[in-house]
Amino acid sequence: MPWGAFCDSVPPRMNATADFQELNEDGRPVLRFSGNLTLARIRRVDERLNAVTGDRPMVDLTDVERMDTVGAWLIYKLARDKNAEVIGASEEHASLLEQVAKADQPVKVRPDRTPGFIRVLTQMGEATHRAGITLLGLLGFFGALLVSIWNVLTHPKRFRVNAMVQSFEAVGVHAIPIVGLMSFLVGIVIAQQGAVQLRQFGAEVFTINLIGRSSVKELGVLMTAIMVAGRSGSAFAAQIGSMKLSEEVDAMRTIGVSPMEALVVPRVLATVMLMPLLGFFAAVMAIVGGGIFSWIDLGIPPITFVQRIREVVPDTDLWQMLIKAPVFGLIIAMAGCFQGLQVEGNAEEVGLRTTAAVVQAIFLVIVLDAFFAVFFTSIGWL
Amino acid sequence: MASEDPIIEVHGLRNAFGEQVIHDGLDLTVHKGEIMGVVGGSGTGKSVLMRSIIGLQTPSAGEITVFGEPMIGRPEEEAKHVRRRWGILFQGAALFSTLTVAENVEVPLKEYFPHLSEKLMDEIAAYKIVMSGLAPETGPKYPNELSGGMKKRAGIARALALDPELLFLDEPTAGLDPIGAAAFDELILELRDALGLTVFLITHDLDTLYTICDRVAVLADRKVVAVGTIPELLALDHGWIQEYFRGPRGRAAAVAERKRSSG
Repeated sequence: MPWGAFCDSVPPRMNATADFQELNEDGRPVLRFSGNLTLARIRRVDERLNAVTGDRPMVDLTDVERMDTVGAWLIYKLARDKNAEVIGASEEHASLLEQVAKADQPVKVRPDRTPGFIRVLTQMGEATHRAGITLLGLLGFFGALLVSIWNVLTHPKRFRVNAMVQSFEAVGVHAIPIVGLMSFLVGIVIAQQGAVQLRQFGAEVFTINLIGRSSVKELGVLMTAIMVAGRSGSAFAAQIGSMKLSEEVDAMRTIGVSPMEALVVPRVLATVMLMPLLGFFAAVMAIVGGGIFSWIDLGIPPITFVQRIREVVPDTDLWQMLIKAPVFGLIIAMAGCFQGLQVEGNAEEVGLRTTAAVVQAIFLVIVLDAFFAVFFTSIGWL
Repeated sequence: MASEDPIIEVHGLRNAFGEQVIHDGLDLTVHKGEIMGVVGGSGTGKSVLMRSIIGLQTPSAGEITVFGEPMIGRPEEEAKHVRRRWGILFQGAALFSTLTVAENVEVPLKEYFPHLSEKLMDEIAAYKIVMSGLAPETGPKYPNELSGGMKKRAGIARALALDPELLFLDEPTAGLDPIGAAAFDELILELRDALGLTVFLITHDLDTLYTICDRVAVLADRKVVAVGTIPELLALDHGWIQEYFRGPRGRAAAVAERKRSSG
């Protein structure tokens, strides 16, 4: 076989660099190559060849020791572009030249680039389109969720208690330390910043109002929502996304198990139920943090602090929190599950969808929080 | 036929994961210019053997030489000039998903020969893609736009980027339809003949074994139990080998091969 011969013909001078000389014989340009015409030894031959002028040169390969497809390609280009006549090629070299000649077809390396301005416009358009589709999808998903919850309510046997309890643990119990610590620190920061500002008016004592009302009404639940979105919303998207990739979700469907009932409903219900508890816990921890700061820095004894908190924080603040928390929980869990179910194709998509789930959840939570604030103010829950 | 120069020599290889011993005292020699098929049941460590040879897995004992150079325990920098002389096609093709097919082919070129002009690299990538049997339009496509067979061909194009002397193929025809698999076998034969490659091929595909392999190494009982041409293997009295080649699928492949060689 030819390759056997080729392998045996490796010459002794293995490391000679590829080179060529430009000669003139009988008024005709001649390019005499020598050394190894291989990728590793080709060096600057390519650039020097480009600078060669003169039409229809003779290309002499007699002194070439080894050649690989890259060397063959350079010789082939001479033959193609400059009408060179190749002489002195051994059998193997000729066969390599033939191989690369066969493989010469116009191939693009990169996709066509559109001009920058048009690209920006296209991307804006695409992003808008995607945002619209996502919003519509979320709305549809909400509908499907309600239908599934109704189905589960009418057929309680189909409800997956175990799955929900597992979610309780993941969403709630495991989140307690981090939510508690974060709220505690936020409480201290608010107390400290508030005290500094209020001291200028001699109104340091109102720091307690600031701590109590902001923690219960806004910060407790908002910070919890952000933390749960980051911990659990992302986890939902990643879990369901990888199940989608491994065709688990499809397998469920074909067996007759509704993924909405098996995967989405338990997670959503668990988050909806646990958000008020976590939010309340966060508010309490923020108040504790603020209280400790007030005790140390402002000299307000804990007993007085607690009494003042009870006087200045109206019940409506607590109601506001308890109304907002489950709604936020619903949004976080829905965004996570929805994005997870959108995963298609490859693992990269799981990452993208997980990020999207968190960003969407936090964005929607903050938008809704603004609506709630306006609404509660207008019904007189100041 | 293949010359007697050994390209890969494995001697006394031992691989173990915890308690589980995969290889123990494994010997194998691959000669220059041959296509060596490696077969064995699931879990006999075919892929582990390949990973040991290419340095992705450090064996607990044994010697491995490639191109006459010892490979075990070599620092990365020293092993680089050996790595440059082989190309690898992974089972899932392992294309870089953020790069186009042509850019994938250029990655090894850029890594080892950064001084080459961009134009030459583009040209090299272009003819390698065509040589690997892909349509010219495939160049600017991303891996997720390709079918399984096209991915494998793109993987071959990348493996061939540096004009290697040695090619490692991990189940190249797995997951391909029979037509695609036959075309792929044909491609490997063509490339071997045109470029003088030595090929280390892991496969389960009996047709591939019959069509293109010069010799076949059988992995069982933690070592290579037999190496030889298929007729030589068939003459052996080893349970697994007999079952493998004389089973219904093995017989069908043998019949097909007889038809091919006679017609």
